[in-house]
Amino acid sequence: MNKKQKKMLFRIIIAIILLAVISFLPLEGYLRLAAYLVPYLVIGYDILKRAGKGIINRQVFDENFLMAVATVGAILLGEYQEGTAVMLFYQIGELFQSYAVGKSRRNISELMDIRPDYANMEKDGKLEQVDPDEVAIGSIIVIQPGEKVPIDGVVVEGNASLNTSALTGESAPREVHAGEEVISGCINMTGVLKVKTTKEFGESTVSKILELVENSSSRKSKSENFISKFARIYTPAVCYGAVALALLPPVVRMLALGLNPEWGVWVYRALTFLVISCPCALVISIPLSFFAGIGGASKEGILVKGSNYLETLSQTGIVVFDKTGTMTRGVFEVSGIHHNQLEEERILEYAALAERFSSHPISKSIKRAYGKEPDQSRVSEVEEIGGHGITAKIDGIPVALGNAKLMNSLHIEYKECHHVGTVVHLAIDGAYAGHILISDVIKPTAKAAIQALKKAGVSKTVMLTGDAKSVAEQVAKELDISTVYSELLPADKVAKVEELLEAKTPKKRLAFVGDGINDAPVLSRADIGIAMGALGSDAAIEAADVVLMDDDPLKIAKAIRIARKCMRIVYENIYFAIGVKLVCLLLGALGIANMWLAIFADVGVMVLAVLNAIRALFVRKL
Amino acid sequence: MKKTYKIDVDCANCANKMEEAAKKTAGVKDAVVNFMTLKMIVEFEDGKDPKAVMQDVLKNCKKVEDDCEIFL
Repeated sequence: MNKKQKKMLFRIIIAIILLAVISFLPLEGYLRLAAYLVPYLVIGYDILKRAGKGIINRQVFDENFLMAVATVGAILLGEYQEGTAVMLFYQIGELFQSYAVGKSRRNISELMDIRPDYANMEKDGKLEQVDPDEVAIGSIIVIQPGEKVPIDGVVVEGNASLNTSALTGESAPREVHAGEEVISGCINMTGVLKVKTTKEFGESTVSKILELVENSSSRKSKSENFISKFARIYTPAVCYGAVALALLPPVVRMLALGLNPEWGVWVYRALTFLVISCPCALVISIPLSFFAGIGGASKEGILVKGSNYLETLSQTGIVVFDKTGTMTRGVFEVSGIHHNQLEEERILEYAALAERFSSHPISKSIKRAYGKEPDQSRVSEVEEIGGHGITAKIDGIPVALGNAKLMNSLHIEYKECHHVGTVVHLAIDGAYAGHILISDVIKPTAKAAIQALKKAGVSKTVMLTGDAKSVAEQVAKELDISTVYSELLPADKVAKVEELLEAKTPKKRLAFVGDGINDAPVLSRADIGIAMGALGSDAAIEAADVVLMDDDPLKIAKAIRIARKCMRIVYENIYFAIGVKLVCLLLGALGIANMWLAIFADVGVMVLAVLNAIRALFVRKL
Repeated sequence: MKKTYKIDVDCANCANKMEEAAKKTAGVKDAVVNFMTLKMIVEFEDGKDPKAVMQDVLKNCKKVEDDCEIFL
């Protein structure tokens, strides 16, 4: 609690004690009024003051005014206890609200607390802490265990495992070695790293992300705009309603029906009306729900750039994917070894040995799959035949490794591969030994991701790719994607998305998921653009509306579920708060509801709505 | 030109009122008040001096909500 809140708590306690004492005192008449005025003023003086200032500044209709009129009116009617109690409960509600908002504000900013406070620079053999803003590109900074990486850069010395969970929500640590890039915002968990910076602090990943997150709730959703408009119209409307309720029925009774006007009864009802009417529950709980939703999502490594996008995301009906880098890894890997006459490991070993000196991407992926450092001394007479492959002697045995052309030229019978990808045939001592299939690998979670999307109510999944038709269709079949368009140029992708936008019903939103590499135009054209694996890719962070920090496609469905939960809470609060208020207003006008019920309608609803809003923060298990 | 200011205000409705007041101030093209992060983002019209405009914004905000603060 801050100072203001503590002071308020103190005032509330004093007022409660005073009220309790006074209600047991046998006071009559003006003495009783004077006694009740003490707790009333203790608890409500600031409200009265603000209401007065509001009138002077011609800002009449706000909740201070409502409360001041209602409580003063109640006291004038002789309902001293109720008048004071209404003020007391109103203040308790306000205190609770400010506490809850402050608490969630702190919680959420802690979640996003990735801002590094300093960078270590070596000077004369000693480490010195400097402001990250002052570190020039190309400087060497030192990151010790337990410290955050302050600026993007390349490791020049040292090994360490980095905790990226603050950025990606991913708990598995990442190992880095000399020569590899590190991204600011990660936490160094083990060794000392020396890093040469490649960016200024302001351009580093951590700054970009912070900027994005801090501005996120400034883009307001339709529901938020609706609420602020609603509050602007609603409060004056209720005030006039209250005036009408206080004046019209007594006048009608008096003049038209010739009955006793019962001024007191109707004024009391009008005051009840005012107490019920306070729009706080709505005005606070809706932005709070969005804020909590966005905060919870960013904890999971899903950055949503604004409440409006959260709203759109929740209505997603069609998801369009880019293939390479989104559903597949975008790197070539050994995905199979077929027709092998030897053990797979032996095939790989021979291939890796033969490719020992090659830097071709294909040979790199073979060496990666082999995993061990090939023993150079076993290889001799290596000959690279451009466009064909390699021949060499391994342990003195002639080995040929290459495509079908190489096999043909050596008159070795080979087997065609019916899978899609690049095929590398291997012949040992003139005999066919099998082939290695190298292809872009589908991400392990891709299939589950599509299923999760379907489960989340996405009716149509579409894949766009520049790749050959056979590759595209195989991937689509494997992943169970309903529609696929292949052999597209980047411009065709925009056209396809526009076609799809045209064909869909307006209620279903179209989301495009890409890795941000040359699909920025599509990202911005779709109803909602989702960039994935965006760590370090500025273009993607700029162009997309939702940024997935790691490249796990399962997060797409998760983002939609988070958005749905958040919107459900928003609507619950809207319907609940307006509903309860309307019912209570009606009951108040009919004279069934008294001021105690009115207090529940005001403070109780607000407390419940705020508690409900905070639920949007809990998204881990979604 | 856009600038971000830290603000202090107690209730969400008051933040809405501040936003309205800031928007109506001369020299301000657009303003957004974010109650949850307690920030005001003001976009100034071309050629206006942010410092002078912000004084007016502060004055107008104080008018609609006495209990607010903008840290200039």
